[in-house]
Amino acid sequence: MKLHNIVEAIGLKVFNPGVPNYGNIEISGGYASDLLSDVIAGLSKGDIWITIQRHLNIIAVAKLKDAGAILIAKGLEPDKNVIEKATEEGVILLGTNLTTFEAAGKLYNLLKYGEVR
Amino acid sequence: MWEEKFRLVYRVKPMDLASAGSASSQIKVELQRNGIEEDVVRKVGIICFEAEMNMILYSTGGKLKVEVWPDRIEILAEDDGPGIEDLQKAMEPGYSTAPPWAQDYGFGAGMGFPNMKQNSDVFDVETKPGEGTRIHSVVYRSKDNETP
Repeated sequence: MKLHNIVEAIGLKVFNPGVPNYGNIEISGGYASDLLSDVIAGLSKGDIWITIQRHLNIIAVAKLKDAGAILIAKGLEPDKNVIEKATEEGVILLGTNLTTFEAAGKLYNLLKYGEVR
Repeated sequence: MWEEKFRLVYRVKPMDLASAGSASSQIKVELQRNGIEEDVVRKVGIICFEAEMNMILYSTGGKLKVEVWPDRIEILAEDDGPGIEDLQKAMEPGYSTAPPWAQDYGFGAGMGFPNMKQNSDVFDVETKPGEGTRIHSVVYRSKDNETP
């Protein structure tokens, strides 16, 4: 499923919609974790990574693992320099007021059944 | 016949969280640019990232070296100290000595060494408390090249 369709269906905020490739990103799954080494071990290419971490190092982890996007939960917002770095690296940063649990549930349903439910 | 193709060397500075991951990111890009197999790049990226993070969080600085050979990638991470007190424990999944501030940032999952080991075909660590740590890892580029 295309990332921008997921953004519309769940109602996510895009912190850096200017990333050139944004419209073409294909999402195959998701992974929820706040421990960086756990993400490195568990996240698959094309996953949306759901986390409450919002510091600079999440960009490096997402880039390393070819994450489809990072979704920052609980209404937390990354600093300007983090957004800038993400844009520079071509990593899409998303936000939501939902908790990690709620966001993961909606994404799971959307990818599995084609609707948020 | 088996000549080294090229090598990449990066200096890793202690506590430099702002640029953490930049060495491994650059290594990944260089390997991709040189047409190294996707699966190999993925493994080398993970190993380098964990080694780099360890040096940033725990060492007084070190060097990350990647050698590209026709049959394999060799990774060498060497730091100037302080060495690991209990290496056996450090290798256990879930064991970490990360300080609270680093844990707040999502470091210290205790999966650094397990991740490195899992993605390596050859993996060894030499460490001496008070001196330093030397991590050597090999990722084979083709299953045919693995030695039994």
